[in-house]
Amino acid sequence: MMLEKGLEERTFYLNLGPQHPSTHGVLRIVLEMDGEFIVTADPVIGYGHRAHEKMAELRTYQQYLPNMGRVDYLHALAYNQCYCMAVEKLAGITVPERAEFIRVITSELNRISSHLLWFGAYLLDLGAFTPFLYCFDDREQILDLLDRLTGSRLTYCFYRFGGVPVDIDDDFIAGCRAFSQRLRSRWDDYDNLVTKNVIFIHRTRDVGILPPEMALQYGVTGPTLRGSGIPYDIRKSEPFSVYPLFDFEIPIGERGDVMDRYLVRLQEMEQSLRIIEQALDKLPNGPIMAEKVPKRLKPPEGEVYTAVETARGEFGIYLVSKGDVKPYRVKLRVPCFSNLSVLPELIKDTMVADAVAILGSIDLVIPEIDR
Amino acid sequence: MKAYVKETLTGFYSLLAGLGVTIRYFVKPIVTVQYPREKIDMSPRYRGHTEFLLDPETGSHRCNACENCARTCPSGVITVTGVKVPGTKKKRAVTYVLDYSLCSLCGLCVEVCPTNALKFSNEYRLAGYSRQDMIIDVMARLKAQQRALGLPEEVPPAPEAEAPAPEAAKSGEAES
Repeated sequence: MMLEKGLEERTFYLNLGPQHPSTHGVLRIVLEMDGEFIVTADPVIGYGHRAHEKMAELRTYQQYLPNMGRVDYLHALAYNQCYCMAVEKLAGITVPERAEFIRVITSELNRISSHLLWFGAYLLDLGAFTPFLYCFDDREQILDLLDRLTGSRLTYCFYRFGGVPVDIDDDFIAGCRAFSQRLRSRWDDYDNLVTKNVIFIHRTRDVGILPPEMALQYGVTGPTLRGSGIPYDIRKSEPFSVYPLFDFEIPIGERGDVMDRYLVRLQEMEQSLRIIEQALDKLPNGPIMAEKVPKRLKPPEGEVYTAVETARGEFGIYLVSKGDVKPYRVKLRVPCFSNLSVLPELIKDTMVADAVAILGSIDLVIPEIDR
Repeated sequence: MKAYVKETLTGFYSLLAGLGVTIRYFVKPIVTVQYPREKIDMSPRYRGHTEFLLDPETGSHRCNACENCARTCPSGVITVTGVKVPGTKKKRAVTYVLDYSLCSLCGLCVEVCPTNALKFSNEYRLAGYSRQDMIIDVMARLKAQQRALGLPEEVPPAPEAEAPAPEAAKSGEAES
């Protein structure tokens, strides 16, 4: 009797983060809990704010290049590419075709490395330690390849306005081909280890279903959107660089659950391998740097928007120039910010364990959200 | 009931298939490097901190203290001072100090250098106990290299009377 009288309909608050291993950075989610179930979720962001947009206004165009590798450190080369494309469009610089090919090859390698890291880290969230070791072994091969070319392993600063500073050599091409063979031979292992695993299937199938309408309302892009069955990929819908020359597909999911988002990313790696192989086959000869790119770049007055498809979705740069050596304004449209905004809807009425599975499936990079 | 039994069996088989993968890799050679005992060579293009390129013709550096690198550096980590070579209009670097703790390794300084005096070092073990350990005296490294090769150390040109010599001397003292 006493016990029943003391019972009240009460919810309590639980902080997921900011130092939680499954939030992959300093993201804090305030969960209102009713027992084991989540009533509301409120993401708190901004712990990693570094004022990247403001920094652009204080630096010259060249000096802002290294910042791009640090907005999203996992797919840094796509961000490099987007910024270079924006400035090139503004200044009217034409990039030689060989340089565009090199950009596509390196950027796609970087996409695979980003997806591999997501694969490993996500399964760590779900409690599987072993797959992490396998995919990091594969990822290491990419890092070695890119290290030989760009000189760095994570926060790349490789592309320059008008092209790339270093040409690729035969060793790099042979290394790329060997790598794509190696990764293809590993798909079976990944399937046996993870995709067919009964525990993994039960943790992901029909969990965190994102209906396509909701995804569109929230501006979700990238594999998270494609998992819901909408074939939207900037590389196809607004082609940039030399992507129209290549034959590749956009993998999409059916149900929009965690499993579909997982499968989409795995298939995307295969598509990236196809792009790399085609680019290596078609690689033209010629210069890698546009002629007459001034050292002190002063683009004419104007504004420009460019977008690329990163491993997490659409990344766009809106650049305003007043004809000075420094940009007047740089606005970064980052995919993870929109993708995070859909999270409270997804993890409503689920359990904490599922919330972690859903959070990981969106593939958030927190420094990118805070930027 | 039938479906339940089937699911249980396929589920159990999937676990065995996963174990099969791990067992297969268990008997393959290891892929990790046992770091403190084994070391890997960095790739030739690895971007460590910058250092002076030893010019094989002169046996010294090529820096003429134009300060292009210091100006182009996004983080302002480079301090270079030079003195005028008597009799010419050229300058010659006397000190070149790098605050590596702020460096973002973009490589713009190497690209902008008009005399190609800089290159990336292959140094990757840079752990230190204080921030002071991250301040790299590039000129001192060059001198150590010259000593190791038995090359004569360069005597900085005698400062002219009104030139920025006192400044250079002062900063030289501060770093030593």
